[in-house]
Amino acid sequence: MAEKKVKKEKIPRQPMPEQEPDVRRRNFNEVPLGYSKELAMKEAERCIQCKKPTCISGCPVSIDIPAFIKLIKEGEFTKSIRKLWEKNGLPAVCGRVCPQEDQCEGVCVLAKKGEPVAIGNLERFVADLEREHGTGELPPKAKPTGKRVAVVGSGPSGLTVAGDLTLKGHDVTIFEAFHKPGGVLVYGIPEFRLPKEIVFSEVNFLERLGAKLECNAVVGRIVSIDELFEQGYDAVYVGVGAGLPRFMNIPGENLIGIYSANEYLTRSNLMKAYLFPEYDTPIAKGKNVAVFGAGNVAMDSARTAMRLGADVVRIVYRRSREEMPARAAEIHHAEEEGIEFYLLTAPTKFIGDENGRVTGMECLKMELGEPDESGRRRPVPIKGSEFQLECDLAVIAVGAGANPLLTQSTEGLELNRWGYVIADPETGKTTKKGVWAGGDIVTGSATVILAMGAGRAASDSIHQYLTWGW
Amino acid sequence: MFEILKRQEMADGTVVLNEISAPLIAKKAKPGQFVILKANETGERIPLTMAEADPKKGIITIIYQIVGKSTALFKSLQVGDKFQDVIGPLGKPTHLEKIGTVVCVGGGTGVAVMHPITRGLKEVGNNVIAIIGARTKDLLILEDKMTAASHELHVCTDDGSYGHHGFVTDVLKEVLEKEDVKLVVGIGPVPMMKFVCKVTEQFKVKTLVSLNSIMVDGTGMCGCCRVSVGGKTQFACVDGPEFDGHEVDFEELMQRLQAYTAEEAAAYGKYKGECKLA
Repeated sequence: MAEKKVKKEKIPRQPMPEQEPDVRRRNFNEVPLGYSKELAMKEAERCIQCKKPTCISGCPVSIDIPAFIKLIKEGEFTKSIRKLWEKNGLPAVCGRVCPQEDQCEGVCVLAKKGEPVAIGNLERFVADLEREHGTGELPPKAKPTGKRVAVVGSGPSGLTVAGDLTLKGHDVTIFEAFHKPGGVLVYGIPEFRLPKEIVFSEVNFLERLGAKLECNAVVGRIVSIDELFEQGYDAVYVGVGAGLPRFMNIPGENLIGIYSANEYLTRSNLMKAYLFPEYDTPIAKGKNVAVFGAGNVAMDSARTAMRLGADVVRIVYRRSREEMPARAAEIHHAEEEGIEFYLLTAPTKFIGDENGRVTGMECLKMELGEPDESGRRRPVPIKGSEFQLECDLAVIAVGAGANPLLTQSTEGLELNRWGYVIADPETGKTTKKGVWAGGDIVTGSATVILAMGAGRAASDSIHQYLTWGW
Repeated sequence: MFEILKRQEMADGTVVLNEISAPLIAKKAKPGQFVILKANETGERIPLTMAEADPKKGIITIIYQIVGKSTALFKSLQVGDKFQDVIGPLGKPTHLEKIGTVVCVGGGTGVAVMHPITRGLKEVGNNVIAIIGARTKDLLILEDKMTAASHELHVCTDDGSYGHHGFVTDVLKEVLEKEDVKLVVGIGPVPMMKFVCKVTEQFKVKTLVSLNSIMVDGTGMCGCCRVSVGGKTQFACVDGPEFDGHEVDFEELMQRLQAYTAEEAAAYGKYKGECKLA
């Protein structure tokens, strides 16, 4: 018998330490606890440093992933964060909320035979280490160009544009409609998935770099885009997000206790209603909660309802598990926390009591038919399958549309038939001179990292325009 | 920014007027538009329709009734204190055009919102009849200003302590019987607006109302303020706050305004307790 080659023992993917499901489902603290230095270095060792890395092409902002991981392996954490910053201004955010399984980790060579390198966890580790123990030293900045840029919206795409252009020496002002910066990172994503302190720290970093921030500034109301040009801005970036809640248009939808996910999450996250009455904004605390939709926003809503003390939280979705658009990790976390899934189920109407408060709904069971234009199999109602479900709180998380407040008040800015801004996918240039756009107001609801990718493309184009005039 | 430059208690201390430094908002504000105010870090976002905006001085005026913790907190702010956040101008301005005789009906603190609209309707050349009301004489506000803003002013009190003894709708009916009225604007408590619309419906006179739904962002982002108008869901913050009163589902609006009654009572009770201790 031939002697087996002595193989180097394979290091398994290092699991992320997490709060236990039974504990975390009743608190708002962050679920994953982060890698220790030892865990991170061990995980970094798993990266085989491919000569032709596929992970980079899987990243919408093309981070040099093998390079930053190699620096972690060598214990060069400061160098590693600098490597990340070259391409990504918000690594602590992306390490937490990117759908890595569909991007970098999805195309990692190790994923073919086993588990991919935990790229997201490593990105988060090195960003957190810098924030908590770093020197706070700023990256080098180009000489002032004297050009002024207005960035409308302080979500992921706006922050990316602001960071890039500030580093290139332009004078950037960010306008935010809410009283706090961060956009969807603050009003949409819950504390237990992305602590707000991290977002504010990233914004603070931009301010230290020299970007200015104006909160409470609803562009389109307090100032128009044309007025920004009159005030001396040379370019404007529109990154206002989607920001129009979609309802299901079924009877009873205006009963008390029925929220859009935007409202429910904004109350809890931005207004900190989960700390009521310490904070003044109230939020309904349902015992029997139904959440419609199966994307990340639906998971966030369901897990928030559980943390606010619900007995039962159900995700009600008209397609099957396979079509659920949420990140795998979010679905897994929701299940661990006891969220129930009512799949192939569609509500047809809400039922209320004499005070106008929701008490339940009527539903239909569905089956999957032929694929529709989205490529997913179309749900078809099963005749005679009506049934009732009780609920005292309902959250509608079936997507968002384009908020018209700014776009429709801006002359020369062309929109498509759904109201999204028409912008060149390569450069973010709109039909209006000097105006760029990116993120959800161009693409419709997508991810943080795609918005950042659009911001990166636009900032390159804006820089070119400010430098060369085209 | 957002410093309180003037503070005045009205209606026996149940209503407060604040003049706030907000130059950018004052420059853009038009009658009928509102702002959202937040007193401090832990505060709630409260929408209030502006009672005045002076672009030259850079000042906006709000007049609000103390109904719960947030407005009590606003009341506690003194001259020199600041609102942490003021956002606006929000909502669609009132459409002001010359159409003939117009009746402006204001009840309670709704009179404060009614005032700039009344003045605006007069300035564009309408014959403006105003009717204002309150529960009792001491709660009546802005009588002088409404006299100046209109051609004819009627005052009503529910208890008869001043002016006409009865409701604004009684006087409205009399006016509609006598005059060829082209438009009625009604702003006040929801039941008042509902009954104004009931009266004007009989006379088939177009009626605008300004709705005070519960809001969060005020930019059409959350849908909290949704109201049924003509069987369709509209957002008071961006589609309004003014709507055709004959199309508004007032019952639904009144119910939706009760969404947080229990929470509001608890918060207000706790706040009053803390104030006593302090």
